[in-house]
Amino acid sequence: MPPIPGNAKIPKASLEGIFASLRAAGYTLVGPTVRDGAIVYDEISSPSDLPVGWTDEQDGGRYRLKKRKDNAFFGFVVGPHSWKQFLHVPALRLWQAKRNGNGFRATDEPLAAPKVAFLGVRSCEIHAMGIQDKVLLQGQYVDPAYKARRENIFILAVNCGQAGGTCFCASMNTGPKATSGFDLALTEIIDGDRHYFLVEVGTEAGAAVLEGVSSTQATEKERSEADRVVSRAASQMGRKLETEGIKELLYRNYEHPRWDDVAARCLTCANCTMVCPTCFCTTVEDVTDLTGEHAERWRKWDSCFTMDFSYIHGGSIRSTPRARYRQWMTHKLATWIDQFGTSGCVGCGRCITWCPVGIDITEEVRAIRQSERVPTTSTGKDEHGDP
Amino acid sequence: MNPIAESPITAGVNSPMLPHPHRVKRVRRETDDTFTLELEPLNGAGTRLYTPGQFNMLYVFGVGEVPVSISGDPTQAGLLVHTTRAVGTVTKAMVKLKRGDVLGVRGPFGSHWPVEESAGSDVVIVAGGIGLAPLRPVLFSVLANREAYGKVVLLYGTRTPADILFRRDLEAWRARFDLDVFVTVDRAMGGWRGNVGVVTTLIHRAPFDPLNSVAMVCGPEVMMRFTVKELNKRGIDFDSIHVSMERNMKCAIGFCGHCQYGPTFICKDGPVFRYDRIKPYFEGREI
Amino acid sequence: METLEPILAEHPFFARLEDRHLKLLVGCAANVRFDAGQYIFRGGEEANQFYLIRHGRVAVEIYAAERGSITILTLGEGEILGWSWLLPPYHWQFDARAVELTRAIALDGVCLRKKCEEDHDLGYELLKRFAHIIEDRLEATILQLLNVYEPHR
Repeated sequence: MPPIPGNAKIPKASLEGIFASLRAAGYTLVGPTVRDGAIVYDEISSPSDLPVGWTDEQDGGRYRLKKRKDNAFFGFVVGPHSWKQFLHVPALRLWQAKRNGNGFRATDEPLAAPKVAFLGVRSCEIHAMGIQDKVLLQGQYVDPAYKARRENIFILAVNCGQAGGTCFCASMNTGPKATSGFDLALTEIIDGDRHYFLVEVGTEAGAAVLEGVSSTQATEKERSEADRVVSRAASQMGRKLETEGIKELLYRNYEHPRWDDVAARCLTCANCTMVCPTCFCTTVEDVTDLTGEHAERWRKWDSCFTMDFSYIHGGSIRSTPRARYRQWMTHKLATWIDQFGTSGCVGCGRCITWCPVGIDITEEVRAIRQSERVPTTSTGKDEHGDP
Repeated sequence: MNPIAESPITAGVNSPMLPHPHRVKRVRRETDDTFTLELEPLNGAGTRLYTPGQFNMLYVFGVGEVPVSISGDPTQAGLLVHTTRAVGTVTKAMVKLKRGDVLGVRGPFGSHWPVEESAGSDVVIVAGGIGLAPLRPVLFSVLANREAYGKVVLLYGTRTPADILFRRDLEAWRARFDLDVFVTVDRAMGGWRGNVGVVTTLIHRAPFDPLNSVAMVCGPEVMMRFTVKELNKRGIDFDSIHVSMERNMKCAIGFCGHCQYGPTFICKDGPVFRYDRIKPYFEGREI
Repeated sequence: METLEPILAEHPFFARLEDRHLKLLVGCAANVRFDAGQYIFRGGEEANQFYLIRHGRVAVEIYAAERGSITILTLGEGEILGWSWLLPPYHWQFDARAVELTRAIALDGVCLRKKCEEDHDLGYELLKRFAHIIEDRLEATILQLLNVYEPHR
């Protein structure tokens, strides 16, 4: 059912009621919480576990938590965790096998489909899930483990009230407002003494949860306050990415000197692929016990930044950091479009924040675009020395 | 024996990552590092249909899994034939298997050579080294339907005479009147009375009509690059040339991301590609 | 005895040569034949001709002491054998052996060298054609050197 425009309002105290409603419906609650100096996603039990009164300051290679002046429950953006760790899990046993008289017998791993409620999902993250759905559910093969988990989650979205220092969802058309893909969506409003949420219902499941909580009709003023919150976030974006013709831009610049520039900085540490909510690459490990009678196949997260990733008899195809960075960025922004019909990037900014050397994907694109716009010099030759 | 209790796969999800046990019927050493495995499914089940150019993922219990070209005759059901080189942990374990051992099979995967689409044209097959393995099914298929094709030419190059694969098949093909077979080696000692030189040197003399030919090329990437250049120089358009590519593969079903080649996944968009579609990536470096 | 002119005229290697140049070449041409196993020339000898192979197969070899003779290339019908006649010091670098009965047209290099010095147009035309052959051989040799079939041996 299409989302009902935010016309329900709940006081902040009702958040506890939503938590309880979800618990009663059998969901494990997972949401943002402060740990080790960051806001991560973990199992929580009450609204007081949320990062109340905390915000994050993010920039290239920088992340710090800071106390807010208010007690907002969701006054921050995204941290090093994304929801993919719960859907496209980091380590998964695919099957077990035992030797027998007939060689061996392999048994599929039973599918885990835990009912989990994701609390505080941002619009960019909803888009990221949609992007992973295209990869893992809508191709020739379906990933059964992903499917089982995906079908059993509840999404409580939160519309961002501020943009992060590395955010560029506005450029990618993935936020800041969640427009679909959620069961319930909240917009947190703190207006002087008043601290409340505007609620949009996205599905029947969401409506059922809301029913367990007392809500009132939102006023015209409250609705425009919610709109203001969202447009304030949209105007504060820390970064910008021009997406016009980006696929063709990257396709025609495979040999651009900028790749050497970024390669000199990139440590190929793979942080960006770990924090990125759409990166899906995995590896397969076949293991056996000491007796050799019992074998297992595991699937684990992998990264195109490793030397092994492209290894075939005798060497790696992408042996240089230049080739590996180029692969990641052109996949994310260009070849992904040809493969799956959308960009692979949702503008969450995590790759910028969590890069130890602060490589900024928006800056790299800008540099390549800029170089194509440079006018010829007075000698009649352009910067490459060509007439 | 209780067929259900002993059946190798539990009923249920039937995930595409689960290998199906097959029994080794024969392991044949082709050269000092290349071997052919003939497999049949357990319990008399039928083999899955495949088309020339496709591959299976073969699993050695407790060791690992690798993609291997199917090198047999697709018109013969019941047996799965694979040829590969023993160069890594898994293939080195594979070459030691004996008749009766059990191997896991997933597949077939991938795109196929344009065998049916070439009807009415001359067929030019250029193979380098182990590249003859995924092309052998093409020859079987074409010869099973010979009247549908024009001239059929096989150009095969390998390192030395001792490395020549499928000698018996080559000799049988050579003996036919409706097929031209040219073989060359990179180097040879005294006794070899055949051609010496890279396989590209066979192209300019091969009997085919470039304006009505379909070329299928497989071998090391650098060999394919020079071969495609020669074929095009001789007059075959890039959209009539097909190559078979190889990259690191873990899942073969488009999920692990390892086999990406530009915007394609070699496991599902390839391994066989029409050359004009991948030309920019083929000519690039470290793609 | 039939003239060799039509045979040379038809061969792609001599295509687009002016009539007078073709006649000069014909004047330096003769039919030759080599039995299977016979050496056409050996490395170190004076290079005084080149050959247009009409039938058969020739192996170009290098002698490597403890390894014996190694065939690095075979040439067949329609192919040109020998360019060392064209460039000083006019000595063969390799051996050439007929693998099977081979018939060829031998072109007299001594005679041609003199004619090329007198008529630079002829010299340029021949040099262009041989440069092409050397280029092709070089490319093929590079591929052989790469040992493409066994990259990590």
